[in-house]
Amino acid sequence: MPASVSLQGYLILAAVLFAVGLFGVVTRRNTIGILLGIELMLNAVNINLVAFARFNGDPVGMVFTLFTISITVAEVALGLALVILIFRVRRTAIADHLDLLRG
Amino acid sequence: MSLEPIAFGALAVLLVASALAVVLTKNLFHSVLWLALTLTGTAGIFLTLDAEFLAAVQLLLYAGGVVTIAVFAIVVTERLVGDRITQTSRQIFSGLIIAGAVLVGLLTFILRAPLTRPRPPLAGDFTRAIGDAVLTRFVLSFELLGMLFLAALLGALYFARPDD
Repeated sequence: MPASVSLQGYLILAAVLFAVGLFGVVTRRNTIGILLGIELMLNAVNINLVAFARFNGDPVGMVFTLFTISITVAEVALGLALVILIFRVRRTAIADHLDLLRG
Repeated sequence: MSLEPIAFGALAVLLVASALAVVLTKNLFHSVLWLALTLTGTAGIFLTLDAEFLAAVQLLLYAGGVVTIAVFAIVVTERLVGDRITQTSRQIFSGLIIAGAVLVGLLTFILRAPLTRPRPPLAGDFTRAIGDAVLTRFVLSFELLGMLFLAALLGALYFARPDD
C-alpha cells in the first residue's frame, strides 16, 4: 500500500460518484429524487476542487469550494421550494407528469 | 501519514456504497438518509485532504441544511399527495449507458493525464489561508454570496408561502 493517496485516487473516486449521481438524475421519476442525484454530482465536483487545491498547495481552490457549497445549498433550497409549489398546483411530484409546456 | 490510505479506502467504499443506495433504494426517505451518509463521508474525505474548515462547512451546510430541507420537502409533499413515498425508477438501461459512458470517458481522461505531482507538505494552516483569501482577494465574491443567499431566502419564502 502506498504511503499516500495520489491525486488520481481522489479524481477516480469523484468520477465514480459523479457517474452514480448522473445515473440517479436520469433514472429517478420523483423530482426530489432527481434533486438528490444533482446533489451527488455537485458533491463529486467539490471533492475534485479540494483535491486539486491540496495537491497544488493553493488555498484558492478551497475558497472556490466554499463558494460552490454555499451556492449549491441556496440552489437546493430554491429547488425544493419549487417542488413544493409544483405539488400545490399539480398535486404530483413525478417529473413525467409535469408536461405543462409540452406543445 | 500511513493511516491516510486506509482512511481513504474505507471512506471511498462507504461513499460509493451509500451513493449507490441513494439512487437505487425504493424509499425516498431512506434515499435522503443515505445521502446524509454520503455527504458526511465527503467531509471525511476533506479531512484526509487537510481541509478541516471545509469539512466543518460540509457538515453544517450539506449534511445539516440540505438533508433537513429535503426531509421537510418529503414530509410536506407526502402529506399533500397522501400515498406512500416509494418511488420507481425508469429507463434504467439508458441510465446505465449514459452514466457508464461518462464514467469511462472521465476515467480514460484521468488515467491518461500526466498527474504525477506528489502531494506537497502542508504549508501552514489552510483555514487561516482561506479566511485571509476570502476577506481580501475574494471579498467582492463573498459579499455577492451574501446577496445570493438573501435572494434565495426571499425566493424560497415567496415560492413556498401558504395560500391566502
